[in-house]
Amino acid sequence: MTTNIREQLSIRQERDLIICRNRVKEAAVKIGMGIVNQTKLITAVSELARNMLIYGGGGNVLLETVTRGREQGVQIVFEDKGPGIADINKAMQDGFTTGKSMGMGLPGARRLVSEFFIESTVGIGTTVKIIKWKNG
Amino acid sequence: MTTKTVESLREKHDLILTYWISQREMADDFGGNFNSSDDLKAQSSELLEIVLKTITPENITDPYSPDLQPLFDYISGLTISRAKQGFSPRETATYIFSLKDALLRALGEIITDDTQELYRTTLEVSKFVDNIGITSFETFIKGREEVILSQADEMAELSTPVIKVWDGIIAMPIIGTLDSARTQVVMENLLQGIVDSESSIAILDISGVPAVDSLVAQHLIKTVNAIRLLGADCVISGIRPEIAQTVVHLGIDLSKMVTKATLASALKYSLTTLQLEVRRVQKDKSN
Amino acid sequence: MGKFLLVTIQVDLYDRLALTLEEDLIQMVHKTGARGVLIDISALSIVDSFMGKIIGNIAAMSSILDAETVVVGMQPAVAITLIELGLPLPGVYTALNVERGMALLTARMPDETEDEDVDDD
Repeated sequence: MTTNIREQLSIRQERDLIICRNRVKEAAVKIGMGIVNQTKLITAVSELARNMLIYGGGGNVLLETVTRGREQGVQIVFEDKGPGIADINKAMQDGFTTGKSMGMGLPGARRLVSEFFIESTVGIGTTVKIIKWKNG
Repeated sequence: MTTKTVESLREKHDLILTYWISQREMADDFGGNFNSSDDLKAQSSELLEIVLKTITPENITDPYSPDLQPLFDYISGLTISRAKQGFSPRETATYIFSLKDALLRALGEIITDDTQELYRTTLEVSKFVDNIGITSFETFIKGREEVILSQADEMAELSTPVIKVWDGIIAMPIIGTLDSARTQVVMENLLQGIVDSESSIAILDISGVPAVDSLVAQHLIKTVNAIRLLGADCVISGIRPEIAQTVVHLGIDLSKMVTKATLASALKYSLTTLQLEVRRVQKDKSN
Repeated sequence: MGKFLLVTIQVDLYDRLALTLEEDLIQMVHKTGARGVLIDISALSIVDSFMGKIIGNIAAMSSILDAETVVVGMQPAVAITLIELGLPLPGVYTALNVERGMALLTARMPDETEDEDVDDD
């Protein structure tokens, strides 16, 4: 039996990105995720957390280890109360950006994880949930 | 079930076994997997003994009772050994469920005066045997899953060997379809191989890849790009004429990659890139 | 051999620090007249799009100042992730390690010796 990790983090400043990345790494190591999947996951987390900081004015991150059948994974939920995304489909396209980034954040992050869910309401905020399976 | 009934069942061990065996031998699905009826008899006798030894008026209605554990362990072992002998899960389950018929027939002979009691006991025994069947099934599935998982791991490892062909040149032959999971393993092993051997050229031989569609091509391009990020070059070799045809017909652009028809020509190209050459040495005819 | 700048990034940088690195490095290229920049990222466990952009910027800016940039020592997992992310770092030279990076830069300076000959006169 492995003890499930459940941790709440808040992203308010740049330094929090590093802390968030380290926590995710610890969780990934704990379930025995390989180095490539670890790197993919942490990179996706870095993209999404930075997005949240730049566009959503910061927010909260819920980090959990999850199990489905025999598969173990790390699940992370990013929640901000920012302006929200008007056109999610457009935001999920490569190269689309409203800010000064490369527009790789959302679509790039989606390619790096096993499962990706996004929900956004203009004026209310954005929630992104990702799961990376140990062997996924 | 009363203690008396349990004791009567234990006494009737041999009779129940006879009922069971004869029922098995008459069944349509009595396969040729057993070498002889003797094997069946020996195994059945052992299982029946453990069932009768384990069963009590208390645990018959409690499938989670801890004193049932030895029985479940035995069932797991039996299932595994039968699976190894080639029995299907249906055969093993049918075998276990057929014990129910034999037990119930014996019960009918033991409880002759009280139909209510016979009905209750029948239900209990029936559920008890069902539970044994479920345990067998669970074991079977678990065993299969473990086999599948370990084979998948083994296949991934076996099918992507990194070969050092020269100082600074490594090669990896790919056999089989190149899907995204496979690509990840190929990339990981190939890139690690480059770093470990400090090679500057990696040859990816796809002679064993049955078909190259746009998805496979995309995987190849990704691999080549990842290798470039490490600071090494990648040559794709083993391109069969059919593959060249499909690639062009599908309009896939492989022009940004170095492609060679055979591993030999890829090696020659790599040696040239490293400013090396292979020459025939004139034998010294002094003798 | 010509002047090359070697930068070793030892820890995961947060964004403002990475921007500072970009600025300082370009100042140094200008000040020293370096012909090549080697960025050793072997200690970096991740390179995200921001860090990727910084590396791309350094390469582009150095190129305007007539210096080539070589990224050396990228971890295999980082390379795979960058490709999946969609950042193949175009326009950036890469090498397995510092030594190979130096060799690459030297090989790309064909007129180096001639320049020195001219200087000697």
